[in-house]
Amino acid sequence: MKPKEEKSRIPEMIARRESDLLADWLQEQLAAATLRGDLMKESELREQSHQFLNLFVRACSQQTGMSDISAPGWEDTREFLSSVSRARAHQGFSPSETATFIFSLKQPLFTLMRQELEGDPRKLADEMWVATALLDKLGLFTTEAYQKGREEVIRRQQQELLELSTPVVVLWEGVLALPLIGTLDSARTQVVMESLLQKIVETGAGIAIIDITGVPTVDTLVAQHLLKTVAAKRLMGADCIISGIRPQIAQTIVHLGVNLADVITKSTLADAFAVALRRAKLVITRAENHG
Amino acid sequence: MAVVKDETMSIKSSEDVVRVRQVAREWATAQGLSLVDQTKIVTAASELARNTLDHGGGGTVKLEAINSEARRGLRLTFEDHGPGIPDIELALKDGYSTGSGLGLGLSGARRLSNEFEIFSRVGEGTRVTIARWK
Amino acid sequence: MERIPILKMGDYLLVTIQVDMHDRLALTLQDDLTEGIARTRARGVLIDISSLEIVDSFIGRMLGNIAAMSRVLDAETVVVGMRPAVAITLVELGLSLPGVRTALNVEQGMRLLQLAGAEQENFNGRGER
Repeated sequence: MKPKEEKSRIPEMIARRESDLLADWLQEQLAAATLRGDLMKESELREQSHQFLNLFVRACSQQTGMSDISAPGWEDTREFLSSVSRARAHQGFSPSETATFIFSLKQPLFTLMRQELEGDPRKLADEMWVATALLDKLGLFTTEAYQKGREEVIRRQQQELLELSTPVVVLWEGVLALPLIGTLDSARTQVVMESLLQKIVETGAGIAIIDITGVPTVDTLVAQHLLKTVAAKRLMGADCIISGIRPQIAQTIVHLGVNLADVITKSTLADAFAVALRRAKLVITRAENHG
Repeated sequence: MAVVKDETMSIKSSEDVVRVRQVAREWATAQGLSLVDQTKIVTAASELARNTLDHGGGGTVKLEAINSEARRGLRLTFEDHGPGIPDIELALKDGYSTGSGLGLGLSGARRLSNEFEIFSRVGEGTRVTIARWK
Repeated sequence: MERIPILKMGDYLLVTIQVDMHDRLALTLQDDLTEGIARTRARGVLIDISSLEIVDSFIGRMLGNIAAMSRVLDAETVVVGMRPAVAITLVELGLSLPGVRTALNVEQGMRLLQLAGAEQENFNGRGER
């Protein structure tokens, strides 16, 4: 039969000697070669460390499941660590720099525990084991949260890049143009096409011109996306014109064996615009020159 | 693969088919799928739920929300104890070209999903599993 | 029994589908529309699907059927308001909705119907219906 878990003295020890522990811990962090003085101020670090200790003590004080950091009692701590890690990821810290936040607490904590439990070596060994296991888990958790933070940054940057590189232009009332520039990959094409369709709905544009003059090559996957977008546009009730098709791209599209009969293609954007105006029943007249 | 949540719904009426669409939509949203991906898997679910009802004589669908290290998504397993499909390959090919409900639904669901698996035995029933990842 | 309401606007019938229809309801709509066109001698039908988040093969075929049946009854059908995600999914499904004319919104759809009606008259060579 498993003996009843002896209540750990860790929370009580920390609570009693908090100011000393905090000071030592801060010293460790500031001394660590991995502290980024350029990225974070000392006052901010102090605030974060103080808050963590409070949460740590509270979580350790729970009756059962103290060593399981996925338990509900650790939720506040986990959330705090998540936001700290994410913030550091966004600020530009490295993963080890971020995990150091937790791991640098070990030495000061053990020093404190050695002082408090001097006369009881067995208890000291037990408590150190508990503490090290806990801090290891929390340190790993921090690293994982950091990873998620990094992924968010990357995704956001990708999104911004995408939006920058593929603006949808309103050429005229009811006529949209999407000039694509650079090599297209499958993911980018998909995002771009979806935003074009969305723009069509938003502006109520009946005609959209996709110009691929600035695209050197188109592989079969991208060609398929292009054609699917054209099909989707027709389904929605908008007309589509593709302009700027080079000979090689024309070959790829033909090799796909797709019927281009109902897609209007023009070699230049200017020609496409002229067609669009005709279809929209718009006419441009030159102003009379007097004098 | 970590299944974080699962639920089984019964498909016995056309109202149930609507309910399957709604629940699949909720789960797809919760798993963070993009709007287009959500629409695809819900449409695929609609096709398969209808098949289960119309051709399988009614059955069930099990929804599983999956969060693994590699990816995150939704898996749906449709099961019935109906007549089964004698020639699956033919149904997938034929149905698509002739536009019959069963084949079109199957091939459609396959095209809309990242993963598609089908088991069927004549006289015993059919089980179709589809999945869509984020 | 629940039904989807059909509005009469002059010579046209207007349907706005706002609920996620179960199959029976969709079939009822199909019947009601066909019967409505015949009864009112409508020149056209406008079906607004801007609220539909999902259009599967069943609904797709329903729309195709309505278009085909109205044509037989000498009326045009225009479907408006298809959402981008729905359009993309239908393309992926391989459904092209043959015989169904589409427009972005009700305004453009009505214009399309009126134009189509005018073309029909010229072709049939008759003025009054």
